[in-house]
Amino acid sequence: MSLEIIKESNDPSFSNPLNRSGRGLAKRIIPCLDIKDGRTVKGINFESIRDAGDPVELAILYSDNGADELVFLDITATIEKRKTLVELVKRIAANINIPFTVGGGISSVEDVALLLQNGADKVSVNTAAFKNPSLLKQLSSEFGSQCVVLAIDTKKEADGEWYVYLNGGRTKTDTKTVQWAKEAVELGAGEILLTSMNNDGTKNGFALDITAALSSSLPVPVIASGGAGSMEHFKDVFDTGKADAALAASIFHYKEIEILALKKYLSVNKIRVRL
Amino acid sequence: MVAIIKYNAGNVQSVQYALQRIGVDSIVTDDKAAIEGADKIIFPGVGHAYAAMQYLRERQLDQLIVSLKQPVLGICLGLQLMCKHSEEGNTDCLGIFDEQVKLFPTSSSADQKIPQIGWNNIYDYHSILFSGISENEFVYTVHSYYAALGAATIATTDYILPYSAALEKDNFHAVQFHPEKSGKVGEQILKNFINIS
Repeated sequence: MSLEIIKESNDPSFSNPLNRSGRGLAKRIIPCLDIKDGRTVKGINFESIRDAGDPVELAILYSDNGADELVFLDITATIEKRKTLVELVKRIAANINIPFTVGGGISSVEDVALLLQNGADKVSVNTAAFKNPSLLKQLSSEFGSQCVVLAIDTKKEADGEWYVYLNGGRTKTDTKTVQWAKEAVELGAGEILLTSMNNDGTKNGFALDITAALSSSLPVPVIASGGAGSMEHFKDVFDTGKADAALAASIFHYKEIEILALKKYLSVNKIRVRL
Repeated sequence: MVAIIKYNAGNVQSVQYALQRIGVDSIVTDDKAAIEGADKIIFPGVGHAYAAMQYLRERQLDQLIVSLKQPVLGICLGLQLMCKHSEEGNTDCLGIFDEQVKLFPTSSSADQKIPQIGWNNIYDYHSILFSGISENEFVYTVHSYYAALGAATIATTDYILPYSAALEKDNFHAVQFHPEKSGKVGEQILKNFINIS
């Protein structure tokens, strides 16, 4: 091998030009899985998975395809069946090597302790934290704010302001989203997962204005959710929305967008991603 | 057998699962004899430096850790506790490495938040811990405090400023990031640690 070739092969830009445009924290792409009684719900369209309902198989697939993190949202109604969630968390932790967050119905320090002990990296809290903000303080002092994600469902009303909604978007509050997010961060929330109800399910793009407003006024990362329909939407939520991470569900489940292709597109468009 | 030191900080289970995936048996323990008798020791941790040091001192695990002769791998808070001093709670730490642990300064750039959460690059390796790892690989990291660059630095990451992504001195190795959550790159680093003889 000539010296020239050795030099070339040692050059980091040689092996993967997409990956090597400088250094720094990458924007994260996060698929979200809805879980009921330990199984994924909503349509999942992956031929390579034998059992489309098994969250662990899907998690492994996403992890192998470039997902930076995973979110599991438990929509199980009853307390007895929530035990299946702990078993599921154990199986996920044993099988995937990227971080994951578990959310849905978490309302106490004991709930969180159980999930973290069994291998969850973070938990997300929503309605329970709004009704009892001291929960955020308890969780962050007990486990560290790095594992406390505050989920906010938000809706833009006719007055042009974004308000906090509870109970999966069924209950309106009079609290403005920016105000609650700021308070929550002071109490110990380490990240904000922001879902725009106006955008969710539309495939018309993320809510760029409220995402940017939160991201630029909060000292913690903001994960944008709701509305992803194209690769360009992800570019926009990072560029214009200033999001630190973007979350989506159905477009990944139905393979309308593949994560690896999305990350290559973002990289070409000068957004730092992990490839 | 690998011993993972059990203490009140963080999610040690993930480290055990990660070892399982590369076919390595481990125990999670705070039993001194079990730790001393292990071939390799992992010192993990997420949490607060002051509380963690206090916990270690109460159980004399602090003296045990510094006296270990077999390969030791500190992870995240584990790395910080192996340094001399941490600004977090103004805590005197184990002093295996001379490096100081400081809070990230506020960045002039709005997108550099504290804590740093997510995937960042590691580069400039000086250890077999990084055998087979390309320059600038991404690893998963979550922290507000960092170990400054120094004599023991064996890998660097840039966030607000360049800091020690990994440290090494004699049989003591440590990484600021989470190899157990860093995909295939993290798995390779854990394998490299396990293969140290």
